[in-house]
Amino acid sequence: MNSIISMIFLFIGVLFIVLGCIGLVRLPDVYNRLQAATKCVTLGICGMLIAVMVEKGFSPMSGKALLCMIFILITSPTSAHAMARGAYRSKVRLCKNSVCDYYEFGRPEEAEKQPLECECKNDKS
Amino acid sequence: MCLKIYLKFFFILLICWALLVWPFQDSPGIIEKWLLGILVCAFISYLELRNVSKNSLHFPLSPLRLYWFIRFIIKFAYLMVIANLDVAYRVMHPDLPINPGIVMVKTELKHPLGRLMLANAITLTPGTLVVEMTDDGYLFIHWINVISKEENIIKKTIVLPFEIYLKKAFD
Repeated sequence: MNSIISMIFLFIGVLFIVLGCIGLVRLPDVYNRLQAATKCVTLGICGMLIAVMVEKGFSPMSGKALLCMIFILITSPTSAHAMARGAYRSKVRLCKNSVCDYYEFGRPEEAEKQPLECECKNDKS
Repeated sequence: MCLKIYLKFFFILLICWALLVWPFQDSPGIIEKWLLGILVCAFISYLELRNVSKNSLHFPLSPLRLYWFIRFIIKFAYLMVIANLDVAYRVMHPDLPINPGIVMVKTELKHPLGRLMLANAITLTPGTLVVEMTDDGYLFIHWINVISKEENIIKKTIVLPFEIYLKKAFD
């Protein structure tokens, strides 16, 4: 029974990781890609670690899995935030069909607005 | 007070170490492992105490705060699953229905740890990614589907589900 439940969690985890990778290829610019990568991969890894915990029960290995899960839940969004901020600071523009960019208004010292350069590879519109 | 923060940090690190060396019986060299762990934990918490500002780690613990924090975790877990289904839908849709943009919103949280939790939670929930957080509490959020540019609606959609819990847990 435990093994069946753990298999289900493992399947869900792998499914979300696959969806995240598809998103990484399909979405247009850096920020959208980071969104897909962060969310799906975090839940995917959490699903796999929960599968380990269900399979092993109350044992040393599930303790380590719990530790890994907490660590990933804290560090994964933080690193995504750092990458997005670094990308914006090094002047990576948003993709062409973006609707608004308040970050530029928020920093008055860089008021001269550069035109939005398109970085979309598969822009349908 | 300094000693209190030091001990708090030390015990958190020691719990992590205990999880790493869990098989306590019938494992060779367990005393050496514990001695090494205690030494390293003491050293790391000493370093952290010098670097981290004093009041960022100082938070009052009480059962009520813990209750609100657990409520926050439950809400966060629920919204995280919703977020993943949302991203999965957008990725698998043939037309790629995205409408991205960066919006600005203000948070009222003061505590650094509360702000960290808020930013992490926003990043892991539907279609939002924190790009920058300023010292006076402004969040710049990359949103995959901008439904409105008014600050009230943005705040109600993105920030408020977590802020009500975190405010009671940390401030």
